[in-house]
Amino acid sequence: MYTDKVMDHFENPRNVGEIADADGVGLVGNPTCGDIMKIYLKIDNDVITDIKFKTFGCGAAIATSSMVTEMAKGKTLDEAMRLSNQSVAEALDGLPPQKMHCSNLAADALHAAIDNYREQQK
Amino acid sequence: MRRVYMDHSATTPVRPEVVEVMLNCLTEKFGNPSSLHYFGRQGRGALDEAREKVANAIGAKLEEIVFTSGGTEADNMAIHGVAMLNQNRGNHIITSAVEHHAVLNTVKALGKQGFTVTILPVDKYGMVSVEDLANAITDKTILITIMHANNEVGTVQPIKEMAALAKARGILFHTDAVQSMGKIPVNVDELGVDLLTISGHKIYGPKGVGALYIRKGTRWRQSLFHGGAQERLRRAGTENVPGIVALGKACELAVQELDTEAVRLTGIRDKLIQEVMEKIADVRLTGHPTKRLPNHASFCFEFIEGESMLLSMDMKGIAASSGSACTSGSLEPSHVLLAMGIPHELAHGSIRLTLGRDNMMEDVDYFIKNMVPIVERLRAMSPLNPDSEFDFEENCADCKISSSCHL
Repeated sequence: MYTDKVMDHFENPRNVGEIADADGVGLVGNPTCGDIMKIYLKIDNDVITDIKFKTFGCGAAIATSSMVTEMAKGKTLDEAMRLSNQSVAEALDGLPPQKMHCSNLAADALHAAIDNYREQQK
Repeated sequence: MRRVYMDHSATTPVRPEVVEVMLNCLTEKFGNPSSLHYFGRQGRGALDEAREKVANAIGAKLEEIVFTSGGTEADNMAIHGVAMLNQNRGNHIITSAVEHHAVLNTVKALGKQGFTVTILPVDKYGMVSVEDLANAITDKTILITIMHANNEVGTVQPIKEMAALAKARGILFHTDAVQSMGKIPVNVDELGVDLLTISGHKIYGPKGVGALYIRKGTRWRQSLFHGGAQERLRRAGTENVPGIVALGKACELAVQELDTEAVRLTGIRDKLIQEVMEKIADVRLTGHPTKRLPNHASFCFEFIEGESMLLSMDMKGIAASSGSACTSGSLEPSHVLLAMGIPHELAHGSIRLTLGRDNMMEDVDYFIKNMVPIVERLRAMSPLNPDSEFDFEENCADCKISSSCHL
């Protein structure tokens, strides 16, 4: 049911963990719904220099979290804001239809972390 | 890779003895039991023999067994048939919150067709209270349908007491015994039920065959299928002779081996439960600690999600199931776990391990050896832990994914 890429990211997730002195932290989802994603960012000169995630959820939730960290690393904040849940799913060669809504929140978590950073800059 | 199948409540492999009798009805005894000629008579003979085996297995008479396409059809047939024929007596049906969807959705459908439905709650073990049932009965009650043993948490219901209550009030009682058959004694007179459902593929028979027991004299009528006069006008359609013969054999073997197998599986199950609780922190056993099926262990692992665990277990060759929303095809975690008062976030971390003939004590060691690091790995990835103090209500995305979401 999952693509090889999803399984690869589930088995070997990239950038798992926390960043103690993160510049931005984003949290989306809800344990009640069965998915929660937390993304930590290190930002230097508007570029994402480090990114880590922690996720509670199904295989798709973990794989999309891992993928979004890979896609966002090294990008400017504006570029990262343009990443969508859809593009994360596409980078994983697709997700099963029933997972597209419930477990495909990784880009939202990334955006929440960027928003959190920008709030602090004001 | 070593494969350890611990999902026998989902389905079982067909036993070689069963395959043998089944094959014979596919190739040699292929006749239509309704045909007059030699071939037809052979098919009829095989059918009669199977009916006798199924009847004997549950303490019924031959004419009280109707073969169906499986548990779901038998449940539908039982409930709908009683409801239709007894409408003039009353319109109230009682069931429980932990029923299989084959029962729950059939009753709910009738609820939209003029019937009044009471869905009894369960306690934290998934047990229906006899007192609740007594209080729910009205003079309009025509049918009570409560499962013998629960598929998700293994809890065995007090059917005997509840059926006695129904009988005293002249109410028909149906039980879905799909999970209990072959694991604990299922005897229609000891249970005191009027209708009872069994399924082939849970007891090492094939998929696509089941049976409904209808006690002689029960006010029931076929109300779903229209067609030929098969099964004494109770189930139209050419009989699935190979499946039925296989069901007969499977029932015969299940009853023969029930005592020894129940003792053996209880031993493995108890070790499994003990090891999981000892070796893994923050785990809860779901279902009743003692009044449960001998082959059934079910847990909720805190801070991690069921599908992730199943995927990880599958990579190690371990097959199990979960009541997590992510594995159900719906967006809701198991209605059984929620009915037991288990919070959504914990229900998402449920794992069911159901043992069978092919499991051995060593499988417990293999499971524990692999499960401990799986839980560790997923927990290391999870933002949830005993100290997590997220303000989830504030962070709720208002997703409306879950209709029963309590936020």
